[in-house]
Amino acid sequence: MSLRSDLQKIANDIPPGAHVLDLGCGDGELLAYLAARGVSGYGVEIDVDNVIACVERGVDVIQGDLEAGLAGFADQSFDVVVLSQTIQAMKQTEQILLDMLRVGREAIVTFPNFGYWQNRLQILLHGRMPVSETIPYAWYDTPNLHLCMLGDFEALCAKNGIRVVERVVMDGEQEITFLPNLLGSLALYRVSR
Amino acid sequence: MTPDPHSVGLVTPQTALFDTPLTLASGATLEHYQLVFETYGELNADASNAILICHALSGHHHVAGRHHPDDKAAGWWDNMIGPGKPIDTSRFFVVGLNNLGGCHGSTGPSSINPATGQPWGASFPVVTVPDWVHAQARLADRLGIERWAAVIGGSLGGMQALQWTLTYPDRVAHALVIASAPKLTAQNIAFNDVARQAILTDPDFHGGDYYAHGTVPRRGLRLARMLGHITYLSDDGMGAKFGRMLKSGEYRYGYDVEFEIESYLRYQGDKFSDYFDANTYLLMTKALDYFDPAQAFAGNLAAALGQAKAQFLVASFTTDWRFSPARSKEIVKALIDAKRRVSYAEIESTHGHDAFLMTDAPYVRLMRAYLNNVAKEVGA
Repeated sequence: MSLRSDLQKIANDIPPGAHVLDLGCGDGELLAYLAARGVSGYGVEIDVDNVIACVERGVDVIQGDLEAGLAGFADQSFDVVVLSQTIQAMKQTEQILLDMLRVGREAIVTFPNFGYWQNRLQILLHGRMPVSETIPYAWYDTPNLHLCMLGDFEALCAKNGIRVVERVVMDGEQEITFLPNLLGSLALYRVSR
Repeated sequence: MTPDPHSVGLVTPQTALFDTPLTLASGATLEHYQLVFETYGELNADASNAILICHALSGHHHVAGRHHPDDKAAGWWDNMIGPGKPIDTSRFFVVGLNNLGGCHGSTGPSSINPATGQPWGASFPVVTVPDWVHAQARLADRLGIERWAAVIGGSLGGMQALQWTLTYPDRVAHALVIASAPKLTAQNIAFNDVARQAILTDPDFHGGDYYAHGTVPRRGLRLARMLGHITYLSDDGMGAKFGRMLKSGEYRYGYDVEFEIESYLRYQGDKFSDYFDANTYLLMTKALDYFDPAQAFAGNLAAALGQAKAQFLVASFTTDWRFSPARSKEIVKALIDAKRRVSYAEIESTHGHDAFLMTDAPYVRLMRAYLNNVAKEVGA
């Protein structure tokens, strides 16, 4: 079974036997993959079709709205809490980050990097909101509310005393280490208190 | 007429007699009792494909199929159970029973007490959800079922499914707890008490021994059912179905039936009071009120549910206010805190509490998806 490349990067960061909460878990792809490696835990998903898809895969899923917070989960009850490509579409951006580190010892957050060169180029050349592979929406029809660049996310972490344990920046399958905020289209952060 | 390939078809109730005394939570003992039940599908060679259906307040053993070809209505959960349905009888052996204290053939207040030769009436002991589960376990023993592939129930039935995982953690692989709660709230007990007061204050009740008086506390039971029925529907659902519709199209300025909703509720109350036993109604509402598995754990539900070994599917319905989604979430939170395996769905429905008996598409798909995996686990 092969995973979407960003999910594979997340999966690589999760040790066998960990107890994981996957926020906005979609159809349960990540958790199904991890279950085969002895990882337990739950997905949280708002869409009923995705909830049913998770149940079909045998992935434990809790239907709920992340905007309402993680009140259903106890403090420090998970080893890792995952939020993949969702934080940019949330209203309660800061709150969810804080809540993730309340219920989990570690959080993994991925998001499309707005600082990616193609976005910058489109703004520069066309003077219009960029539409790219990782941000594939017109400005008037986008779920994204809080797009950010690497430095923005790191500043939010610093403001809240959150430590960046690991940062991986990617462009497609490729890991980007040189000028990541310019050349990387997707960012993965592993953070903790 | 061609037979419906998705129906279990014609079914016959069976009766199991038990002579081993059953001591109840109240301290009372039933020396002998009988349970009436139905089964659908075939038990497989290693008896691993059995599913128990637990009924709610007014339910019984007749869960699917028909007793006679000309029966107007099928069993109460026929839309969920049958060949190719979510609880698929071509894969599972499904057992439905009437609980102790019931009025459909299992020993209850309207049964003859062998010690007196008279109906038990008011002397029938109050039974609790754990008492029912103990009795159901004896039926399982009788049927050669060591471990249920799943125990499934809605409302009060969901409480039994939950209780199974605590009383007999090794005897249930999956519990499906639908439109239920870990205990009743004050408001919910209050509804039950108004229903009981309606029955208890009916002059035909005679302290519960109305059988000897040749009366039936029909007015009380009717009111109890009318009240209950309101709480099983949603405001929106009731509004959409009845609104302010008048039977005759204009006000009559009197107290006869005028609004369609009045007509509907009275009809439901009348129908119910024709066949249901008032003492059973009292007893079922008390079983609801007493249910509180966390009580023995100083109110810590997660500690209580930590005893469970089963996997859970918990489902609620958006417009259910009698057993609201918030109450199901209490169960889910406790299971998560106890690191039990659980999935939870909050199904959009206009049907209120009654939605657990309906066929809202996502609900049916959810049940089908979950039970398909249960079947695969047991090779069914």
